[in-house]
Amino acid sequence: MKFIHLIWSNLRRKKLRTGLTLLSILVAFVLFGILSSIKQALAGGISLEGANRLVVRQKVSIINSLPESYKARMERIPGVALAVHQTWFGGIYQDAKTFFMQNPVVPEEFLDMHPEFILSPEQKKAWLETRTGAIVGSKTADRFHWKIGDKIPIQSSIWAQTDGNRVWEFDIVGIYSGRDKNTDTTPLFFRYDYFEEARARAKGEVGWYTIRVKDSSQAADIAKKVDQEFENSPYETKTEPEGAFVQGWAKQVGNIALITASIMGAVFFTILLVTGNTMSQAVRERTGELGVLKAIGFSNTQVLGLVLAESCLVAVLGGVLGLGVAWLIASGGDPTGGMLPQFFFPRRDLLIGLGLSMALGFVTGIFPALSAMRLRVADALRRM
Amino acid sequence: MAGPINWLSQVASVTKFGLLSIPQRRGSVSAAVIGIAGVVAVLVGVLSIAAGFRKTMNASGAPDAAIVLRSGADSEMVSGFLRQDTRTIADAPGLARSDKGPLASAELFVIINLPKRSTGTDANVPLRGVEEEAFKVRDNFKMVEGRRFEPGKDEVIVGIGAAHQFAGLELGNKIKAGRYEWPVVGIFSAGGGTAESEIWTDASVLQGTYHRGDSFQSVYTKLSSPSSFQQFKDALTTDPRLNVKVLRQTDYYAEQSTAVTRLITTLGFLIASLMAVGAVFGALNTMYSAVSARTREIATLRALGFGSGSVVVSVLLESLVLALLGGVIGATVAYVAFNGFQTATMNFQSFSQVTFAFQVTRQLLIQGIVWATVIGMIGGLFPALRAASLPIAAALREL
Repeated sequence: MKFIHLIWSNLRRKKLRTGLTLLSILVAFVLFGILSSIKQALAGGISLEGANRLVVRQKVSIINSLPESYKARMERIPGVALAVHQTWFGGIYQDAKTFFMQNPVVPEEFLDMHPEFILSPEQKKAWLETRTGAIVGSKTADRFHWKIGDKIPIQSSIWAQTDGNRVWEFDIVGIYSGRDKNTDTTPLFFRYDYFEEARARAKGEVGWYTIRVKDSSQAADIAKKVDQEFENSPYETKTEPEGAFVQGWAKQVGNIALITASIMGAVFFTILLVTGNTMSQAVRERTGELGVLKAIGFSNTQVLGLVLAESCLVAVLGGVLGLGVAWLIASGGDPTGGMLPQFFFPRRDLLIGLGLSMALGFVTGIFPALSAMRLRVADALRRM
Repeated sequence: MAGPINWLSQVASVTKFGLLSIPQRRGSVSAAVIGIAGVVAVLVGVLSIAAGFRKTMNASGAPDAAIVLRSGADSEMVSGFLRQDTRTIADAPGLARSDKGPLASAELFVIINLPKRSTGTDANVPLRGVEEEAFKVRDNFKMVEGRRFEPGKDEVIVGIGAAHQFAGLELGNKIKAGRYEWPVVGIFSAGGGTAESEIWTDASVLQGTYHRGDSFQSVYTKLSSPSSFQQFKDALTTDPRLNVKVLRQTDYYAEQSTAVTRLITTLGFLIASLMAVGAVFGALNTMYSAVSARTREIATLRALGFGSGSVVVSVLLESLVLALLGGVIGATVAYVAFNGFQTATMNFQSFSQVTFAFQVTRQLLIQGIVWATVIGMIGGLFPALRAASLPIAAALREL
């Protein structure tokens, strides 16, 4: 610690060079943050309730429906605590580009299944009392400036009402918030009984089920039992943990992890070269001084430490600043205007970033530091 | 200043001097060059995804082809017709004809889950039921392997893109979807369009298997000429028996590609701009150290009567040469690594997978080089100005 002043003045000797190196490291870590946020938005979109939830869909494809009557049969399977269904409504509000999900659900059991959606007791009560009532996530409510009491017309491309009308009207009775940062608060949920009675076709059919199991260690077993229960029926099922289901979706978009990892690789390789080069340049210029330090009694390890500390200081400083800037950008929200609602900088990646900045400092500093350590006093002084 | 020729020769000699000293500064020079190469490679690589997706979509529709959907439907998924509607549509004026009648194929569209080869996880693959005319309605349809399915039989043919991306679609294999098994009897290509991501079978067979009655979801048609579109469209939209929307296929596919290409382009530019900022710092660092290493030489030249303008220009030129070198390396890497790379992604309008290949177009390569040039300009400008404003006496004293 007592050498911090020495390290600091070494860095200040060429302010411009230190500044530029610092800035390029900063930019690398801003990129790291942005890419982590993009990956989060594309691949890790939805909050998962842990291992006790399973998703059941029709085996051929999720667009094929399942009978509503399966609910009772699922709940009879030992180990199943609750089964609730949702159905894809495919509605458009104002314009096809302002997409958000709307699904009909059975209110009470749905809220029971999804404690990550937080709704006040009064609003919940209002929903149970209003047949045409709907609750909407805070993100979508903010986006369209909806308030409780608003009547929202939504046109469905899939579902017509018995009179042929495709525009459905919902009363906003509640606005829910997310329990966790990555809870998706864009969907709108409305009442299944209203939907079931008004829809013109496919009555008694629902999109998919979510099951809660009593003991999450039994989840795999129960998934198998559910699929066995409906084997050889016209509606065979495929049951998987909610996490696998969500990841399956992300993988349909593409191998996002691979793409972001390759870009990060390119970025860090470049930064490594730039800073590594600057560090070795800085050490080369100071050969004479390092010789003096050794002559007045600095040990080899101390010289090694000095040089290494210098590169680590620059890297960590740049890294912390860069991660901070990335965090600021990410908290500004989705850069694409609505296409990536889950755009934020995950804490886990923040910590990885910090670790990376230390590693960067070490890798770029170690070779110049080793050569400084091996420097022989006589040689160094001769070069002065 | 003694005339432009003299000035040019000054620039040339100072630049040569700078370029010849590059080997002594290998480390910092290669760091800057690789930095710029990285920016260009990432920019071109990411944008080539969007270009490839757009190309597949554009190749799917011809100007003399139209698609008919139910009014209010924005994709086949949510559209629907009865057989009598599709007959009325096929009889409308403006369609091209063969000896068997008008070129119109009523089709239906379901989705089945098949594992993607790259990830092993389930993906939504379109299974399309088509009528006989489907092969004539689409330009460039060609069997690559095997034969067409026989009408009325449980057989499928597979697009060449789907055959590459999804497991188990080889000729002779059987596809399992629900309780049914479909033997693959042929592989086809369709000029690079979205049909290559699909699996086709006979429409009437698919109706039976999926309990669809005698219903369809879309009608694909070939017009007698691109200009007969209006006639065809007017005839259908004014027909009281129908409630349809008629689109040129080119417009239909262009609309489907906008969301994905916009997303990729926005993110690509965001990432590349940030990288470019980083590369500018790298270039500045390199050129500043280049200038400071040559302080004496530059001062000597100035003392000998070289103009400050020629020093500025020569430093800029050096920086540009390095940037262009980086740009060319980056563009080459992007071309070699990404051009033609086969992949598949989700098309949310059709809720199913589209296979496509990354396209590194000439336009993207030029764009990459332009970026490199701009980075080189900025990276060279400030060090150049510093070199020109060095106080000669002080710099010489450093000797």
